[in-house]
Amino acid sequence: MTEQLDAGLIGEKIAESGQLSDPGDGLEVGRARRRKEDARLITGRTTWTDNIQLPGMLYVAFLRSPIAHARITRVDTSAARGRPGVVAVLSGRDFAGEQGSLPCAWTVTEDIVVPDHPPMAADEVRYVGEAVACVVATDRYKAADALEAIEVDYEPLEAVLDMTEALTEGSPKVHEAGNRAFTWKFSGGDVDAAFRDAPVVIERTYVQQRLIPSAMEPRAVVATTDGAAFTIYSATQIPHVLRVMLALTTGIPEHLLRVVAPDVGGGFGSKLQVTAEEVLCLLLTRRLGKPVKWTESRSEGNLTVHHGRDQIQRISVAAERDGRIRGVRVDLLADMGAYLMLVTPGIPLLGAFMYNGIYKMDAYDFTCTGVFTTKMPTDAYRGAGRPEATFAIERAVDELAHELGMDPLEVRRRNWITHREFPYTTVAGLTYDSGNYEAATDRAMALFGYDKLRAEQADRRDRGDPVQLGIGVSTYTEMCGLAPSRVLGSLSYGAGGWEHATVRLLPTGKVEVVTGSSPHGQGHETAWSQIAADALGVPFEDVSVLHGDTAIAPKGMDTYGSRSLVVGGVAVLHACEKVKDKARRLAAHMLEASADDIEFSSGAFTVRGTSQGKTIQELALAAFAAHDLPDGFEPRLDADVTFDPENFSFPHGTHLCAAEVDTETGMVRIRSYVAVDDVGTVVNPLIVEGQVHGGIAQGVAQALFEEAVYDTDGNLLTTTMADYLIPSAADLPDFITDRTETPATSNPLGVKGVGEAGTIASTPAVVNAIVDALRPYGVDDVPMPCTPERVWRILADSGAAPARPAAAGWGGAGESEGGLR
Amino acid sequence: MIPAAFDYIRPASLDEACHVLRDADASGNDVKVIAGGQSLLPLLRLRLAYPAALVDLGRLPGLRGVEDRGDHVFIGALTTHDEVLRSPAVREHVPLVALATATVADPAVRHRGTFGGSLAHADPAGDLPAVAVALDCVFIARSAEGEREIPAAEFFADYLETTLRPGEVLIGVRVPKLGAGWGFHYEKFTRTAQAWAIVGVAAAVRTEDGSIAEARIGLTNMGSTPLRARAAEEALRGLSTAHGDSGVTIPGRVHDPVRDACGQAAEGASPPSDLHARPDYRAHLARVLTYRAVRAAGS
Ligand SMILES: Cc1cc2nc3c(=O)[nH]c(=O)nc-3n(C[C@H](O)[C@H](O)[C@H](O)COP(=O)(O)OP(=O)(O)OC[C@H]3O[C@@H](n4cnc5c(N)ncnc54)[C@H](O)[C@@H]3O)c2cc1C
Repeated sequence: MTEQLDAGLIGEKIAESGQLSDPGDGLEVGRARRRKEDARLITGRTTWTDNIQLPGMLYVAFLRSPIAHARITRVDTSAARGRPGVVAVLSGRDFAGEQGSLPCAWTVTEDIVVPDHPPMAADEVRYVGEAVACVVATDRYKAADALEAIEVDYEPLEAVLDMTEALTEGSPKVHEAGNRAFTWKFSGGDVDAAFRDAPVVIERTYVQQRLIPSAMEPRAVVATTDGAAFTIYSATQIPHVLRVMLALTTGIPEHLLRVVAPDVGGGFGSKLQVTAEEVLCLLLTRRLGKPVKWTESRSEGNLTVHHGRDQIQRISVAAERDGRIRGVRVDLLADMGAYLMLVTPGIPLLGAFMYNGIYKMDAYDFTCTGVFTTKMPTDAYRGAGRPEATFAIERAVDELAHELGMDPLEVRRRNWITHREFPYTTVAGLTYDSGNYEAATDRAMALFGYDKLRAEQADRRDRGDPVQLGIGVSTYTEMCGLAPSRVLGSLSYGAGGWEHATVRLLPTGKVEVVTGSSPHGQGHETAWSQIAADALGVPFEDVSVLHGDTAIAPKGMDTYGSRSLVVGGVAVLHACEKVKDKARRLAAHMLEASADDIEFSSGAFTVRGTSQGKTIQELALAAFAAHDLPDGFEPRLDADVTFDPENFSFPHGTHLCAAEVDTETGMVRIRSYVAVDDVGTVVNPLIVEGQVHGGIAQGVAQALFEEAVYDTDGNLLTTTMADYLIPSAADLPDFITDRTETPATSNPLGVKGVGEAGTIASTPAVVNAIVDALRPYGVDDVPMPCTPERVWRILADSGAAPARPAAAGWGGAGESEGGLR
Repeated sequence: MIPAAFDYIRPASLDEACHVLRDADASGNDVKVIAGGQSLLPLLRLRLAYPAALVDLGRLPGLRGVEDRGDHVFIGALTTHDEVLRSPAVREHVPLVALATATVADPAVRHRGTFGGSLAHADPAGDLPAVAVALDCVFIARSAEGEREIPAAEFFADYLETTLRPGEVLIGVRVPKLGAGWGFHYEKFTRTAQAWAIVGVAAAVRTEDGSIAEARIGLTNMGSTPLRARAAEEALRGLSTAHGDSGVTIPGRVHDPVRDACGQAAEGASPPSDLHARPDYRAHLARVLTYRAVRAAGS
């Protein structure tokens, strides 16, 4: 008892933190540096958008539709306008002439339906939470109070909630043009041949439930104008993309619009958006001539932050009896929600190239239909398309193993690309540059104690233990580091995938790095400093990293798709190299030597074979003074690079999960979790560790906890954190993590993306473990999230007693008469 | 979210508080008492409640603290969950209170939320109401008219409703010491560590010579008020504790009659339905968890 009580008192167990590694080679890259930005982020003494106060600022609150689908017949704002402190009350009609349509930058097919998407609904609402009016007041309390005085009359229309029904003839329509947004097809090889006479065919349907991205910092916007030029501060991942899009949407000329992403507290894709609130705040400041601020509440966010996932996946796998996969066929329905937002239609397509996973096969066929429903639009959420794909293939491969009576790892071994076969061009047409699935898997199995856990599983099955044990495997890869611009173009994406960096040596020898990627918790300031410190031979502390403001970092493609390091970090390295080349010329000049005879080491340029040299700091000052420069040498030591990657990045790894399922209550407990990831060269192990931990947590959350639930009228039921369950550290096991390091060959740092890997890998590992635990009960799927009630009902439906426990286990138990029947 | 406007009153003494409440009641004003605010503020912020004024008891002297009073432990209404948890008297003499309190929310909430507030709020999903009915606590209420005692069995009227009268303040609770031979356990079933109970079972069990002499079982979130599982309590009386089993699914194994008795735990309950559990699942959980709680308490 005391233990329980003390746990209650302390409230948390301080896990032993892993040793901070320092390779001891004097280099910064590879060092587990604590993040230099963390003190200000953690204490909140920083520029969170909501912390920004401007003179004369007004506050905006939005009235949101309480009905999923309706015609707006009347909006009466007069009473609200009379409330104390109210400056303006506006409805959709008031913005009609100027609000335009929120952009969709990824029109995936020629015939895609892109409905008009007014930032504030004027005639019709199509999801609960859509803005229909707003109040601008002198403080946020008055704004919230006045909302209650706005009267809106609605003429209800039928809600459209189920994707399959939405596609049937006679279904009510979300938009005039119908509920099918697009159908996109893709194939490689002869899939009919692969399935013809296939000895084994596994066919499954999986549902990727709708998720609500829950960044720690809610969305917030501040917009201001001096009458001519505009500045918008937004908790966004994409200040640069936002600037272009806002200029196009509002007509404010791009050169008169500055976008600032101050410190941003997480995004996970949810802030990769051009939101209604951003556009409307800009229009309000233009209209009123005063700064305005809007900060969402958590429940407002649950309704109106774009949602993630929400797909129905039909996957078929054709295989030989020996386990060799012949082909995979995927038919996907993807819920777009009510409108197409920035990259809504492209999200499922990011998964299209991943359903083949790490496996070799002859043929692959993919079809995706985007469907409109009267729900919040979906868009990017950590992993964006790739977690869905990885889940389907990793679940299906486990089903294949079960069907064949093979160990799930053995089936994978028979199909995966071996390390000698890299670079390998997959059936989906991607060239995986490097990897070593064998090494990662061997390491993971050793750390996990695979054989011992299998023995325990057999024992629990034999004993009919009410707590059953399951082992889940996920051998994932993913494509990230978005992306070669040409490839994006071929996929009808509206922009490129390059990244920009500027490196400046200041007169005192300090270094400013300006990056076009836009951190919101990833630790760019630390990692980029490490890269620049090594490249220029300057101390880590002498580097500062600027970002997130189009006036300071004018060019960029921002942060998403695990792209920052593999594109933005590489741009920084290239810019450092350029600076160094200039410095070398200057050094040669000052040392009266040929540039070819100048060596660079530890921040100093020396004439080969002599002790004569100049430090990079001395050169910085000399360039500043400009008294003695080579002919034609511009007096500056700085450089710009815009880097376009030549390939995607393909991190991979093996995740193993042991889950205990209490068959009496349906409760699932993760007993142990091993993640061995290969993210290539590691710049900062501590940051990588953080990404892996957070990523796994988020993937586990999909497997066990999170689901956005709409009722049959289209009301969102999960508007608070009491209903939308997000796990905390207390709900997760200690993750055992390790790495193998197979450097990427597609970039000079050898790095691969790590931002999404954990999320992509972990969901199928957990669900595979649960299903594995329940195989003796005849269970071959548990829909996500695998809540206790769901597990319990599935067991109750299966008759609760294990069907043929001993025979059902493929492993150790064999056909022994366990005496359970 | 932002609450609607309200007045704020901070009385200096309990008497003043009682008078403020009486006057408000007389003039028909909707006034609410606020203690830790951990339940009331969310209601205000979601605009589910619109009181005209809040009367803050937070700094009143004398309502905070735990006293050992011989046959019972007195817990002042404004004692925070954290203080309850740290109290030696609670831990030693009424450990069921401590066991349940340890499962309430997280340290931040436990440092603000109060023992009295948890009970006066009368949320059937709260962990302490079930403990109070299991232990037959006595609630002490004070108003401008004087003081009265309310037995736990009569305190909880309905969902978020007590039999406290308008103008009455809960000033503390007498928690009886049960004495030797009793064992305790609080079994809480949640989806995440810091969530409210889907179902909770507070069990106090007295064993004598290897048999259950008496069991008291309080149920959390199995109806619109906390409940006693009377049928199970009755059925448990006199059963031997010798046959613990580890699972129900195995025909032919030694069967524990205690499990059968606990099978009556949901009798007479009308469990709520929500996103986390429908009623039949809650009833099932009540049976399983009661067995676990009774076994843990009676061993
Ligand atoms: C995130 C979160 C998680 C939580 N999880 C749990 C949980 O798992 N289990 C659990 O049991 N509780 C939980 N709680 C609630 C917590 O226990 C609260 O502290 C408790 O419910 C109310 O206590 P309070 O002092 O904050 O009361 P307040 O919020 O101040 O008041 C609650 C109600 O009681 C009335 N009231 C308060 N004190 C008195 C008094 N002395 N006399 C008369 N009326 C009074 C008020 O008028 C109000 O109606 C949680 C709360 C939060 C915020």
